[in-house]
Amino acid sequence: MPDDTPWQLDVRPHGVDGLELVLGGRWCMDGVLPASEVLAKALERGIRRVRFDGTGLAAWDSGLLTFVAGVMKLCTARGIAIEASGLPNGAQRLLAMALAVPEQKVALRSAEGQGLLAQVGGATIEFFRGIPQMLNFLGEITQSFARLFSGRAHFRRSDLWREIEEVGPRALPIVFVISFLVGLILAYLGADQLRMVGAQIFIADLVAIGMVREIGALMTGIIVAGRTGAAFAARLGTMQVNDEIDAFKTLGISSIDFLVLPRLLALMLMVPLLTLYSGFIGMLAGLLVSATIFDIGVYEYYTEVLRALELKHFMVGLSKGSVYGAMIAYAGCLRGMQCGRSAEAVGRAATSAVVTAILLITIAASIMTIVYYQLDI
Amino acid sequence: MAEAPPTNDQPFIEVRALTMAYGDFVVQHDLDFMVNQGDIFVVMGGNGCGKTTLMRAMVGLQQPAHGSVLYGGEDLWRAAPEVRQRLKRRLGVLFQGGALWSSLTLAENVALPLSEYTDLPQARIDEIVSFKLALVGLAGFEEFYPAELSGGMKKRAGLARAMALDPDILVIDEPSSGLDPLTARRLDELIVELRDSLGTTIVVVTHELASILSIGNNSIYLDADTHTMIATGHPQVALESGHPKVRHFLTRGTT
Repeated sequence: MPDDTPWQLDVRPHGVDGLELVLGGRWCMDGVLPASEVLAKALERGIRRVRFDGTGLAAWDSGLLTFVAGVMKLCTARGIAIEASGLPNGAQRLLAMALAVPEQKVALRSAEGQGLLAQVGGATIEFFRGIPQMLNFLGEITQSFARLFSGRAHFRRSDLWREIEEVGPRALPIVFVISFLVGLILAYLGADQLRMVGAQIFIADLVAIGMVREIGALMTGIIVAGRTGAAFAARLGTMQVNDEIDAFKTLGISSIDFLVLPRLLALMLMVPLLTLYSGFIGMLAGLLVSATIFDIGVYEYYTEVLRALELKHFMVGLSKGSVYGAMIAYAGCLRGMQCGRSAEAVGRAATSAVVTAILLITIAASIMTIVYYQLDI
Repeated sequence: MAEAPPTNDQPFIEVRALTMAYGDFVVQHDLDFMVNQGDIFVVMGGNGCGKTTLMRAMVGLQQPAHGSVLYGGEDLWRAAPEVRQRLKRRLGVLFQGGALWSSLTLAENVALPLSEYTDLPQARIDEIVSFKLALVGLAGFEEFYPAELSGGMKKRAGLARAMALDPDILVIDEPSSGLDPLTARRLDELIVELRDSLGTTIVVVTHELASILSIGNNSIYLDADTHTMIATGHPQVALESGHPKVRHFLTRGTT
């Protein structure tokens, strides 16, 4: 039998109310096969029985099976009896297997087709539902801290060191690049204005105080949010997908102690240090600009910086760094713990962690700036 | 009456002196065996002996340290990229956890290989998808996402995807783990039926004794201690007169 004769389908009357479908040639998926709907019309005219004749088939695969399954569906819908015995034995058995388990009838919930108003409403409800969760998580972390100080929190010290290494030293290159460029920009920006009043030397004050008090912490916060906050969420989210978080729960080990606490501590320790580093790099950039472009002596710049910087500026910068670090760890771990159980959910958790962290950092920055100003620090 | 394969003198699948390693750690070395067309070939062995690693080497996912895997005489790992692509298209693979794409519905999961590799119109693809899902007992679950299914259902949906294109060779990792006994048996029946009706050659990685002895007609036993194969052939023969270790395995340690 030649294998390449295309499919053939003959529809013949069989008895008074019967129809015989004669199948021939090659019924494989790699060719263009007819849809079962071509028979819809033929089945209308008072047909009660349908039988198949497959003796002419040269080759077949799922293409044939799908066609026959489609015909069977059409017939069942019209109450027509089916006689499959004319088909190849293997095809009959596979069709029987496909029909053995009845189709699951489930109401499918579809999220599509919602109006704009419904979407806005849904998002708003979702937002307010999220707030108790956030507060709850904050509470759990607070309890965990209490356990830490009473020495009852379980986590591995090696985890803490690993996180510290990951978020601290490994972030040095990127913090260097960003801080240097920001310091450069700040110096230029200031120089342009100060030159008008002939007070270029105050570039040193501007850059030093600006970097140490505000910009260093803010830049570091944003870098760490993108670098580490997202990583936390992805890591914990993947653990959620693998049931690892549930495994902690069933063992009665607090996943907050074990997973969140070391990350939180690592960030609260490392972000202030990175902030300090960022401040120094910024001042270095300011010095470079002042000395090469605006003719301010290196020693002059140095003494001006020493005169301008007070301990309180460092304390402000360090406190901000620590708070930002806590915010980033909080946002990253929260979104990771809330993660759904799919690859897509992990992606959303990482995105959401960065957005939440930057939002929290900005809010905290504003509040702290106002408070410090009022307290005259 | 499945499609006749191109006949030549080459064995259908041949594995020659295959050694698989992770760095310096040799998982299995010097594996030599053949799979004939229409075989249900069982890869047996205890936990951690390298069954899944062998599977990954056979389907082109993990480069073996030495040796070769030949399909009809063509070396999978040394073939030109387009030849390798063609060989891979003949394979359907079911991973241990189902490996369904989580952002796609079941129907989209099964339809993706069809829309990538065939020119079928969408209506025909939908029909094929529904039929394949019905074959694995998941009729009506087309619009579900993998996250909404149980482990056993994911596995069956994975099988529907693996056989979407009617592959010549179906490679299945642990088909019955996580399935209830009746569903597991139905799956075994489906595997035998695919072989009998469509002529699919099937490579099964399993340690389900009931499956090994009822459906397998050829096998290999990988030993975890010596890191190589210690038996190949019909599992029933291995049970009756094989290496003591294999008999021990196949009788759950009672002989």
